[in-house]
Amino acid sequence: MLLDFGIAFGRAAFVIMFVLNLGGLLGWVERKQSAIMQDRIGANRASIFGFRVLGLFHPLADAVKLLTKEDFRPARADRFLFGLAPFVSVFFALVAFASIPFGDTLRIGDRVIPLQAVTLNVGVLYVFAMLSLGVYGVMMAGWASANNYALLGGQRAAALMISSEIAIGASIMGVIMIYGSLDMQEIVRGQGYLLFGWLPAWGIITQPLAFVIFVTAGIAATKRAPFDTPESESEIIGYFVEYSGMKAGMFMMSDFLETVVIAGMTTALFLGGWQVPWLLADGFHFPGGSTLVLPHLVVVALQVGAFSVKVGVMIFILMLVRWTLPRFRYDQAMRLGWLGLFPLSVLNIVMTGAVLLLIGGPAR
Amino acid sequence: MRVTQRFYLAEAIEGVVITAGHFFRNMGKHIAHALGRKSARGAVTIQYPEERRPYSPRLRTLHRLVRREDGSPRCVACMMCETVCPAHCIYIVATEHPNPEIEKMPERFDIDLGKCVFCGYCVEACPEDAIRMDTGILEFSSFSRRGMIYTKETLLALEPIGADGRPTSPVPIPANRTV
Repeated sequence: MLLDFGIAFGRAAFVIMFVLNLGGLLGWVERKQSAIMQDRIGANRASIFGFRVLGLFHPLADAVKLLTKEDFRPARADRFLFGLAPFVSVFFALVAFASIPFGDTLRIGDRVIPLQAVTLNVGVLYVFAMLSLGVYGVMMAGWASANNYALLGGQRAAALMISSEIAIGASIMGVIMIYGSLDMQEIVRGQGYLLFGWLPAWGIITQPLAFVIFVTAGIAATKRAPFDTPESESEIIGYFVEYSGMKAGMFMMSDFLETVVIAGMTTALFLGGWQVPWLLADGFHFPGGSTLVLPHLVVVALQVGAFSVKVGVMIFILMLVRWTLPRFRYDQAMRLGWLGLFPLSVLNIVMTGAVLLLIGGPAR
Repeated sequence: MRVTQRFYLAEAIEGVVITAGHFFRNMGKHIAHALGRKSARGAVTIQYPEERRPYSPRLRTLHRLVRREDGSPRCVACMMCETVCPAHCIYIVATEHPNPEIEKMPERFDIDLGKCVFCGYCVEACPEDAIRMDTGILEFSSFSRRGMIYTKETLLALEPIGADGRPTSPVPIPANRTV
């Protein structure tokens, strides 16, 4: 009984540590990656006892600074909602990762541990629900600040979230139809099958159009450039204009956490999750017929490692896009969501359905 | 407008390829630099307080008053610089020079650097070549307006920029001076 509790706790702790640390590190990644992309060096001055370590102490210094700053609240702001909003924003970004599997099952003795914080048979829906609830924090912040610009930002965030969320949901439909499940773990397992005997049936291969739509709408869901109309620092500053100190830091953090969640979702749904090509439960089975038998723990380590690497690559790509493209105008973002992504994803559903009808049932 | 531009995705990918190219090229140079090839530089950054870019010899920096052999100012208090100064930042009080061959010398020569626009007109106007802007000192500041007023003694003590392009005199008035 106690052991069961410990295992459940360990799974949750692994996921929350993975997401939180990655989210904290993203501040550094963003500064350094953008600097290297723009022929700069990036923040490198923060030091402890003269050690700079590539500027890795900057997130620590930022956290200390944000925690010690004045926590200002405008006189006419809604006292309760103003304080609640950043917590709502961070909370839903944090819990969204729970149903994304970071590995297959781990067998210790006769105990089988699923490598996933929560085993949900509606995991995909759960992640969407949490992602969409996250926008409540933003809307709350916009309304409770008693500031017109903040209100504009919150309203833009809501509009953007609706238009991107619909495209995300509809683009996912094709994946669900192909792998025949709403359980993230089942979808990832379904991506381990081989097409034509050698090609892993990852979502990006079976659903390329859905991948593009999902990543585009996913960037919109994180509210980061090129879809940062809710923030729009050059025109309205956005929903957190009245926030200071760690509360502003939490909004920043929730953006990073959402980036991690979107990267994890993309990995699980389109990049094969924890699948390593041709790696089955007992080792590698290469297409040529040769096999390489590996012990169970090595296989699990490879799978968790593959998941982490894929998430890292996906975050790199999201950051690359964020530092390359200029911001869409508000109406452009709306038009892209409603007139571009949504019809395309519906088209994708129709095409997937037609193909599945032709070959007769889910591909496996 | 081309079709690919209207579609935007192809254009976006093109842009991402360019920035990714920069990233990997610079990252390779950074790694080569860390591994010991010091000529490889992944960034164009000059790490300012430690490194400086070379200054142009014509750069106008903090003023100095040129001294005669005996250490007195070469300035004859003709008020040309005070007259020409567009910012009215020079204040001169003239007095007699002990040497009868020299008609005047400044008793006070104050420059309010808080007002100075560094146009260099005072250097141009001076008939005695007594004021120059070649100390190479750029980083002078103060917490008070009074601290930006540089007097004759301070300006006389300054030396021209060294051959290595670095200032030879220290910044005359430390930034934390408040009066």
